Amino acid sequence: MTDFEFVVGLIYLLSASLFVVGLHMMRAPATARNGNRISAVGMIIAVAATVALSLVTSGGEWIAWAVLAVGVLLGGIFGVYRARTVKMTDVPQLVSVFNAVGGSAAAAIAFAAFILATSSNPLDLTVSIPIVLDVLIGSITFSGSLIAAGKLQGVIPGNPVTFPGSRALNAVVALIALGASVAAIILPENTLLLVVVLVTALILGVLMVLAIGGADAPVVVSLLNALTGLAVAMAGFAIDNQALIIAGALVGAAGTILTLQMAKAMNRSVLSIILGGFGTG
Amino acid sequence: MQILFGNLAIFVLALLVGVEVISKIPSTLHTPMMSGANAIHGVVIAGAVVTASLANSPTGYILTFIAGAFAAANVFGGYAVTDRILKMFMRPKAVEPADETKTSKDAS
Repeated sequence: MTDFEFVVGLIYLLSASLFVVGLHMMRAPATARNGNRISAVGMIIAVAATVALSLVTSGGEWIAWAVLAVGVLLGGIFGVYRARTVKMTDVPQLVSVFNAVGGSAAAAIAFAAFILATSSNPLDLTVSIPIVLDVLIGSITFSGSLIAAGKLQGVIPGNPVTFPGSRALNAVVALIALGASVAAIILPENTLLLVVVLVTALILGVLMVLAIGGADAPVVVSLLNALTGLAVAMAGFAIDNQALIIAGALVGAAGTILTLQMAKAMNRSVLSIILGGFGTG
Repeated sequence: MQILFGNLAIFVLALLVGVEVISKIPSTLHTPMMSGANAIHGVVIAGAVVTASLANSPTGYILTFIAGAFAAANVFGGYAVTDRILKMFMRPKAVEPADETKTSKDAS
């Protein structure tokens, strides 16, 4: 570890602390807004430190940086524009859409790491496991969050969508996804297997959330939010970045607790919501 | 192996901190809390930066673009919408200047 990497590590620690303090302050209405701002400061310094670290350690090609800049500009404009203009009653849908894109960004990072790793040398289990888990979880949250947003918006029927044999179909898709995941972990140099994981996970996300009642959708958005946190942490393992691991784990755990509390406030159990079909619709 | 152990350790400890940092919260704060946590996992944009610095093929560029655009929507939109929700929360209390929260709380 060079001196420079050490300093970046210290900055990551500071930003992680700001995330924790910010989340903590968001528990009470009086301090919540400042808590969110403190967390935003943590985000700014974490990203700035990562830009500096990437420029110094790997440099990179100018095309890639240009592509990143254009992407960030477009995504940022879309995000801020929607955040400013959305009707307050439609906020949960928007949060769900932001969650969806976060999950797919994590999956894209894992995919890029996979391609880079396979083109150089055989994959270590310590890299292939987080990559496959990231693609699996990230894809489920991407499609699942979009369906949940559609249900909240009323574009997709609010009542649980089930059909004869839907459970059997779910089970089959889940088995294929799991099988492909295990294969992708053990036989690491196969892009096709990772694509199978991606596609089956996308289908699984759609099927799982379709079967859930619209009244339960906010709880499901919260659950998917926690899952995206885990996907981001897995991306952190795949590219060895501590900022992603800490923030992802933090959101994964805090989001799970929040999900349990939300379900409790509605007198529902998370398990029965996920299994779906019994719901109030 | 040493790197993996360090990363695993901070992962597990961060999970435990995440459980502890949210104890009981009032149900009115559920949505902003969810939105705030959603913004924090926008840190995935740092991963997009790392991906950009390593990309060296057309596929790599495409994945960089997807990661960058989607992560940016997550992080910028996430913080902006959370702030907007919380601003609305303050409104009943903040009829007077915003820093007078204590006195306005008594009034309400």
